[in-house]
Amino acid sequence: MIVADKKPIEEIIEEIKGHEKILILGCNECVTVCEAGGKKEVGVLASALRMYFLNQGRDVKIDEITLERQCDHEYLEEIRDAIDQYDAVVSLACGVGVQFMAEKYHTTPVYPGVNTCFLGVTEKRGLWTERCQACGQCILARTGGICPVSRCAKRILNGPCGGSTQGSCEINKEVFCAWQLIIDRLKALNRLDDYEQIDPIKDWSTDRAGGPRKVEREDVQQ
Amino acid sequence: MKINTPSKLEKILAAGHLAVTSECGPPRGSDPEVIVEKANLIKDHVDAINITDNQTSVTRMCSLAACIKLKLMGLEAVLQMVTRDRNRIALQSDILGAAAFDIHNILCLSGDHQSFGDCPTGQNVHDIDSIQLIQTVRHMRDEGKFLGGDDISRPPKMFVGAAANPFADPFEIRVPRLAKKIAAGVEFIQTQCIYDLDKFERWMKIAGDRGLLEKVSILAGVTPFKSVGMARYMKNRVPGIEVPDEMVKRMADTPKEKQPEEGIKICIESIERLKEVEGVRGFHVMAIEWEEMVPEIVEKTGLYPRPSVD
Repeated sequence: MIVADKKPIEEIIEEIKGHEKILILGCNECVTVCEAGGKKEVGVLASALRMYFLNQGRDVKIDEITLERQCDHEYLEEIRDAIDQYDAVVSLACGVGVQFMAEKYHTTPVYPGVNTCFLGVTEKRGLWTERCQACGQCILARTGGICPVSRCAKRILNGPCGGSTQGSCEINKEVFCAWQLIIDRLKALNRLDDYEQIDPIKDWSTDRAGGPRKVEREDVQQ
Repeated sequence: MKINTPSKLEKILAAGHLAVTSECGPPRGSDPEVIVEKANLIKDHVDAINITDNQTSVTRMCSLAACIKLKLMGLEAVLQMVTRDRNRIALQSDILGAAAFDIHNILCLSGDHQSFGDCPTGQNVHDIDSIQLIQTVRHMRDEGKFLGGDDISRPPKMFVGAAANPFADPFEIRVPRLAKKIAAGVEFIQTQCIYDLDKFERWMKIAGDRGLLEKVSILAGVTPFKSVGMARYMKNRVPGIEVPDEMVKRMADTPKEKQPEEGIKICIESIERLKEVEGVRGFHVMAIEWEEMVPEIVEKTGLYPRPSVD
């Protein structure tokens, strides 16, 4: 899933302080799972903002809606009739949802309420970690199912570097060395000999480097 | 041994001499005299001088410019190049720039993570890794082509090196990793600072048993301790360096004013033992901010005078 983290409320207040009718818009997908922008977080943020503006002696309307998704037209359309009641929206969706909102309702200011962090997993409640950088050309078959692009701090394709120490990365003892994990896994799969195959220079044109990407599937467009 | 480049370091190794290299860190400023002064301290005692490339990710004068300065002094430079800061366009471009000044040695590295340096909020590049950089230089030199496939006019003639760290984890792939670098085309290796000699000898033995030591020249890396504090720092704080407890104790048991002398003694003893290790073809003496001690270390280990080669 896309993992996001809540923005500090001070930053959100700074974004919206000039507005008087504000919609806090949650998303029921990834940001709900990572507890940054679902219905519950919409409620908490809305209450905190109401309190803030009350204390400021300001009459600011704060409403709450949580959509099934903010990255699909059909769900975003659900607020078409309501959007004119507001002079600003704080979207607690990931950066994708914020932008799709802004594209669709382009005369209403939309502000981000979360920082979009990475593609990752829930290791346990309250702990999410990165697994994928969407490079567009998956190499996991060669690396025992562990990704050096997202999990090595230097995205080294032929690792580990000299900084790997007792299973940890040189940047932080709490970060696993991806290449230690790859080697352990290749060993468990009885494939350690594969370690000596040199991974070729990567084509990064399917990564961010190639510019904004799209996937177009004619077979499902009918 | 076949000679592939005009590199003096390559010729010395091919002639069967124990090579001696050292390194200089460029200044955190633009004064070229810093390089000249450091080089003058060691130039008669080493065959080639590495210039580090923004080591520990702290911004410094670029390695290429400092290498050119050495070249203009008539000295042999080893251009260190990390893949952290440059993509494949910039790397190839800088290789050609170095070749334009007849810099004939390159050391291919990935580089420390930028979080250690003065720009921890910066991006890193890592378009290619150190093993792929070895392949890149060999491709440019041997095929005379860019990575993109076009011909290079006057291809670079560089003797290609890399680092090896027998002490990083996991130990079991440290020799396979060396094999990978050799398969990529590396010709000389400068190792991480060696303090745990037993472990280094184990690594060399496994490499020898695999027949790797005939395919690459290993220069054993040594760094003298200036103090017990430095020994402890190396042991506890520097990733990928192992210092045996008894070595730290030996420094700790020495009165403070005698510690620099003891550090040099340990370094000399290490070199003497390393000379006996099958496959060690030379030494990379890294006297960190203590370059003035290199001549003494080289002389006391019988590695002076340096041989001359055509």
